[in-house]
Amino acid sequence: MKKGTAKSLQAFAIELAVYSVLVICYFFLVLHLLGDWLYRLESQHRYMYAAVAILLIAGQAVVLDTVTTLLFRFLRGRGK
Amino acid sequence: MFFPISNTHINPIYLAVVGFIIGILGGFFGVGGSFIAGPALRLMGVDWNYAVGTDLAHIVGKSIVAARQHRTLGNVDLKLGLFMAIGTIGGAEGGAQLIQALKRAGNVNTVVSWVAIVVYLGIAVFMLWESGTTLQSDRRRSPRKIKGAESKKDRSAFGPVTQRIQRVEIWPMITLPTSGIRISLWTILLVAFIGGLFSGFLGGGAGYIRMPSMVYVLGVPTHLAVGTDLFEIVISASYGTITHAIKGNVDILIALVMHTGAVVGAQIGVVATQYFAGPKIRLAFVPLPLIGAAIVVYTLMTGHKL
Repeated sequence: MKKGTAKSLQAFAIELAVYSVLVICYFFLVLHLLGDWLYRLESQHRYMYAAVAILLIAGQAVVLDTVTTLLFRFLRGRGK
Repeated sequence: MFFPISNTHINPIYLAVVGFIIGILGGFFGVGGSFIAGPALRLMGVDWNYAVGTDLAHIVGKSIVAARQHRTLGNVDLKLGLFMAIGTIGGAEGGAQLIQALKRAGNVNTVVSWVAIVVYLGIAVFMLWESGTTLQSDRRRSPRKIKGAESKKDRSAFGPVTQRIQRVEIWPMITLPTSGIRISLWTILLVAFIGGLFSGFLGGGAGYIRMPSMVYVLGVPTHLAVGTDLFEIVISASYGTITHAIKGNVDILIALVMHTGAVVGAQIGVVATQYFAGPKIRLAFVPLPLIGAAIVVYTLMTGHKL
């Protein structure tokens, strides 16, 4: 295996490990806190739930994309 | 983990892994991946209506990540994507109306299943023939390996037909500098409408129809078709998510967990497109509609809806 490829794979493995820890924290903290509120919103205020749902998924996409990109850049930079 | 909205217990790791696999497919092929996500949620006991709506919400998040990544690589034609979104939303409404008409006639499952099988098989056979022929002629023309930016220059065995379609002059003609084409607005809207029609009729984002249509009918280079399709999916799937959420078909908590895996998968998929030429991406696309067809055949033969 080429040295560059091995380094990329190593950086990716570290990124995945750090990311997994962050995601597990996210599961138990954020989703646990939001769960009941979203459940009540879904059963009582459907229109507001629809707006919150689309904002949450879009917001998470932007935040997680930024986090993984920064994480990858940081680990790549340290590798060099 | 308990998801109170859909009243189901699902392991979050399972959801993240499913999201990861769909993310790779989405980033590489520009598809939503509903043919995997729907059955994967059903296997965990999620009701069919929640599976459809939640899948759409997850597609929005995954497509935002993949489209952002493709945009940094210059693979998104925003102007084309916006026109496509208009046609897709119109087509999706038409597809939904068609389903309602078939429901009233009482034969919705049989008709939709057979249409799906014919369409999926047709796409797979056509793309296998076209990409195979293009790759063979490329090998005869130039034996050198194609890498990096060179790999975005696209050739297709279907090229002469595409050029004839582009020459159809129906006002207004639209110039798309990013894609390097000039084409009638009506052709773009028609392609998007048909994609949307299948999306409303067969479910999911219908990327398996739209991505090949953009390449073969509009003449958009494959890399740009993948990126632009993802951008367009963000708009049309957002519309679908809102309408399904209002009808009570979206468990956003499941979508958020699935999306954590999809973020990493989508980034891998996008990076991978840089290492493959257009015809190779199209050849690798062939198994996707075949998997879709196999799922429909399975449901027809067993009577179980995955």
